[in-house]
Amino acid sequence: MSAHAGIAGPAPVRIVVAYGFWIFLLSDIILFSALFATYAVLSGQTAGGPSGRELFELRHVGVETLCLLFSSYTCGLGVLAIERRRLQGFYLSFALTFVLGAAFLGLELSEFVGLIARGAGPSRSAFLSAFFSLVGLHGAHVSAGLVWMSFMVAQTAVRGPRDFVRRRLLCFSLFWHALDIIWVALLTLVYLLGAR
Amino acid sequence: MEQDSAPGVGESELAGSFASYTAGLAFALLLTGASFIVSQTHLLWAPGVPAGLIVLAIAQMGVHLVFFLHIGTGPDNTNNVLALAFGVLIVVLVVSGSLWIMAHLNANMLSPSAIMQMQR
Repeated sequence: MSAHAGIAGPAPVRIVVAYGFWIFLLSDIILFSALFATYAVLSGQTAGGPSGRELFELRHVGVETLCLLFSSYTCGLGVLAIERRRLQGFYLSFALTFVLGAAFLGLELSEFVGLIARGAGPSRSAFLSAFFSLVGLHGAHVSAGLVWMSFMVAQTAVRGPRDFVRRRLLCFSLFWHALDIIWVALLTLVYLLGAR
Repeated sequence: MEQDSAPGVGESELAGSFASYTAGLAFALLLTGASFIVSQTHLLWAPGVPAGLIVLAIAQMGVHLVFFLHIGTGPDNTNNVLALAFGVLIVVLVVSGSLWIMAHLNANMLSPSAIMQMQR
């Protein structure tokens, strides 16, 4: 505890809530690290099947990256807007965030469907099993984020920008930004290094 | 209504500002673009490309942490930084430990062709 915190008294609720949620996010990142380790170990085990170099389309992945990055940005702007009680700005930002997140998910699903149609489904090789579980877990998180986002927009509409609503929105934004961090690792380790 | 913010702690401290989000987006776009360029061209010495990509990725994660998640050096942030340091330690142990153990297991295993010869 620093001297500053001692003078200010107990930490405000908002800071404690953000800290608790940050610990949850770190545990989630550790969950991902187990799958990253699995992928790193198995990435060469193609069992005679296609390798990442033959399968990955970087143009497609680049568009996915842009969708997720801009959705992170609009999510941040939405939280700024709700802190300043600008409801319209909040709804617009979160609508954009939702559309960009859904676009990312659609692109990822189309990639998965394309791979399975080419006979490169998760059962083809250890490499593809690890690839589908790692990228699929990230996709599942994005889907959960979209559901959570819809609930939070509805709650904001019903209850207004109250303290507890804004705290939950802050937690949601932390979750959404953390997914972007995981995508950076995915993009580099799976796609950019795998396509070489 | 409960009081959410401590005296002297502005609301903007946790939520950041428009300028910081925009700066973060610009840095992230720059680093992502650099990653794609490095992986697709011969700008870097070929054996150094993986190291270059990993450096760019770590830099971009730092940008996201500071500009989007607001993990910084403020007095309210000490606990967050300590938790992050612990998380990074566990992630490094899990990933590097798995790679290390599995590489040694591979080295100690008989290759499939050696097993075939023993069966003869």
